[in-house]
Amino acid sequence: MPEIAPNHPLLSRRGFLAAAGAVGLTAALAACGADSGTTSTATGPVSQADIDKAMTTPTELTFWTWVPDIVQEVALFQKKYPAIKVNVVDAGRGTPEYTKLRTALQAGTGAPDVVQIEYQYIPTFTITDSLLDLRPYGASELKDKFVDWTWGQVSGANGEIWAIPQDTGPMGMLYRQDIFDQYGIQPPKTWDEFADAARKLHAANPEIYLTNLAGNQAGVWHGLLWQDGANPFVTSGKSDIAISVNDESSKKLARYWGGLAQEGVIGTEADFTDSWYASLNNGKYATWITAAWGPVFLAGSAKSTAGKWRAAPLPQWDASKPASANWGGSTSAVIKSTANPIAAAQFAQFLNSDPESAKLFATEQFFFPATKALLTDPSYVGDAPEFFGGQQVNQVFADIGTTVNTAFTWPPFLDQVVTDWTETVGKSLTARTDAVAALDEWQSRITTFATNQGFTVR
Amino acid sequence: MTATIAASTADSRPAGAGATRQRRVDARNGRAGALFAAPFLALFLLLFLAPLGYAAYLSLFQTKLVGGTSFVGLDNYVRAVQDPLLIRGVVRVATFFVIQVPVMLLLALLFALALDSGLVRLARVVRLGIFVPYAVPGVVASLMWGYLYGPDYGPFAQMSKALELPVPPFLSEGWMLGSLANVVTWEFAGYNMIILYAALRAIPGDLYEAAAVDGAGAWRIAWSIKLPALRPALLLALMFSVIGSFQLFNEPNLLQRIAPDVIDSAYTANLYAYSLAFTGQQTNYAAAVSFLLGLVIVIVSYAVLLTANRRRSS
Repeated sequence: MPEIAPNHPLLSRRGFLAAAGAVGLTAALAACGADSGTTSTATGPVSQADIDKAMTTPTELTFWTWVPDIVQEVALFQKKYPAIKVNVVDAGRGTPEYTKLRTALQAGTGAPDVVQIEYQYIPTFTITDSLLDLRPYGASELKDKFVDWTWGQVSGANGEIWAIPQDTGPMGMLYRQDIFDQYGIQPPKTWDEFADAARKLHAANPEIYLTNLAGNQAGVWHGLLWQDGANPFVTSGKSDIAISVNDESSKKLARYWGGLAQEGVIGTEADFTDSWYASLNNGKYATWITAAWGPVFLAGSAKSTAGKWRAAPLPQWDASKPASANWGGSTSAVIKSTANPIAAAQFAQFLNSDPESAKLFATEQFFFPATKALLTDPSYVGDAPEFFGGQQVNQVFADIGTTVNTAFTWPPFLDQVVTDWTETVGKSLTARTDAVAALDEWQSRITTFATNQGFTVR
Repeated sequence: MTATIAASTADSRPAGAGATRQRRVDARNGRAGALFAAPFLALFLLLFLAPLGYAAYLSLFQTKLVGGTSFVGLDNYVRAVQDPLLIRGVVRVATFFVIQVPVMLLLALLFALALDSGLVRLARVVRLGIFVPYAVPGVVASLMWGYLYGPDYGPFAQMSKALELPVPPFLSEGWMLGSLANVVTWEFAGYNMIILYAALRAIPGDLYEAAAVDGAGAWRIAWSIKLPALRPALLLALMFSVIGSFQLFNEPNLLQRIAPDVIDSAYTANLYAYSLAFTGQQTNYAAAVSFLLGLVIVIVSYAVLLTANRRRSS
C-alpha cells in the first residue's frame, strides 16, 4: 500500500500521471543491482617481511559482522597490531548482510574488507569471484588447528582457502527426558527407532509429537542429506554442476519424513516463529533436531523447561557408522576487492585461530568452537549446565563433531535452492502430500535455474 | 493566474506599454518559477527518473552467473508475458483489489460520514482510534496479525478450542487472501477515512444551511451534498488503492514467515519481482517484470479514471 500523503483532494489527469509514476518505484528498486567489477590481488605467497610491513603500517579495515559484542575479540587483535584499526559494522544477520554485500560488490565500491559469512554461502560468493584466496597469506598453516570438516567447508575445489571457520553447528538431537520417561521411550539410536517412537508417543498422547520438521527449514533437510553421506551439489570448474537432489539417498529421506508427516505423527510447523517457541515451552515436541548451538539457544528461549532436556547424537541410518552433519555457524572471509589484503587476511586468521580470541567466542558469545584446542579443553567440554540436568552437553557435541562428513559441498546459488526447497519439499511436508514427487520438482526447478544461469548441468 | 489578472487590468491601460511590462513580469516570474521548481526537478530527475531509466536499461540485458552480461533486447519482456508465475501473481492481486478495495472504501466512507455528522460522541478519540492502525508500522501490524491468526496459540484459535468449534484456518491456502485483505483493510481504512473526512470538512457550511432551509434531513444532505462533494476524494483514494493493491508486498512478505507453505516467492507480482532480484539474482528479468507490473497498474488506473470521468460527464 502506498505511503504517499495526498496533498490535494482533486485528482486531475496530471495528478493521475504523478500517481502512475509511483509504480515506477518497483522498477527503481530492481535497479539496485548492476554490473560487477573486481580487482585482483597477490597470487604467489606473501613474504613474512611484507606481512610485517603491512601489519605496522597504519591501516583501516572494515569488518561486516552480526556477532554481538565482537569488539572484545577485535580489541585483542588491535592490541597485538596497534597500527591496524578495525571498523566493526553490523550490516545485518545473514541474508540482509549478503544482499548489501552483493549490492556493494556490484557497485564496485563500499564493500568491506572482511565479512562474516556462513559456510553454506561461501560458494555463492566464490562463483562471482568475490572472495580472496587466503593461501598466499599463511592460512594453510592453520589447517590442523580446526576441526576437519570445517576446513573442508572453507576449501575450494582447487584447494583454495576461502574463509577461516569461526563457529560451528554439528547436528544432534535434544530431547525431553521427562516426556520420554513418562511414555516409556528410550532415546532413539537409529531412524527406525525414531519412527517407532514417533508413532508410539503420538498414539499415547495426540497432543504431543516426537519432533517437528519445519517446512521452511531447508538447513535441516540439507543436514539430514549430509548425514546420509549425500553430496547433491558438485561444482567442477567454473561452469559445470551436478545436481542430484532426487537420488536414492534423497528419496529415502523423503519417504521417511514424508511418510511420518503423512501419518501425522510429527509436526511440520515453521520454526523460529512465536508459535514454535510456544510449542517448545509447552512440551508439544519431545525432541528438537538441531545443532551444537541449540543447547544455549534453548536455555534462552524455553526457560520454563529448565532441567528437562538432554542431548544426544542424531539417530543413525547405520548405527555401526555414526555420522552427522553441520547446521549453522559461520566464518570470516576476505573480500577480493580489499585494498589491504595482507592486513585483512591476518585479521581473519587471528580472530578465529588466536587461542584467546577463539576462547572468548566460546565464553562470551557462546559459540560452539571450530578449533580442536577448545573442543578438547576440559574447562569447555566439562561444562555441565543445569538446564540439561548437569549433562556435559558440550562434550556430546564435541564428540558428534568428529563424525561429521567432510565432503559435503554447497551449491553456488544457495538462495534459489533454498527457496525452491521451501516451495516443493517443504510445502509437501507441511501439506502432508507426496514428498518423493516434490523432490523431482525441486530437482527440475534447480536444474532449470542453473541452465538459465549458464551452467552445464550434468 | 497572473495572466488573467494582468489581462483584466491591461484593458484600462495603453496597450503597448502594458504588454511590454507584462512580458517583463512574465519573464521574471518564469525565472523565479523555474528557480523554485529546480530543487524538486533535480531530485525528481536524480532519484526518480534516473533509476527508472536505469532499470529500463537493465531490463534489456541478461546477466548469468556463468557467461556474464549480454544484450537480449526485449527477450525478458517476452519471457515475462508468458511467465505463469507472474500471471498468477497479477491475477491474485487483481482479485485482491476487486474484493478488498470496495470493502475498505465503504468502511472509510461510513466512518467519515459518521464522524462528520457530529452525532458521534468523543469524535476526536474515535477518529484517532480508526487512524491509528495506519500509524502502526506494517511490520509490526503483520507480526501482530500473525499472532492473532495463529492456529495453535492465537486468541481466535484458543476461543474456538474453548467453545469446541473448529479452529478457523486463517493461514490456509483458501483463507490467506482474505486474511491479507483483512490486515490491509485494518491498516488503510483509517487512512482513507482521513482523506474523505478532510474533503467533507472542506464543504462550505452555507450549502448545508441552504439544504436545511429547503427542508433536507441528515440522510438527504449526505446523499445529495456530501457524496457528490466526495467524488474527487473517493477517486483519489481509489487510485491509491489500485496502486497499493497491485503492489501488495509487505503483508504477504511478512506472513510468509509463518505460512511458508501457502505464501510462496511469487504469491504477488511484486513479491515475485523482489524474489527474482534478491533470491535468484536475476536483476534484469526482475526489472522487466517490474515494468510490466507498472504497465498493468497504469492501464488499470487509467481505466478506473476514465470510467469515473465518463460517468461524471454523462
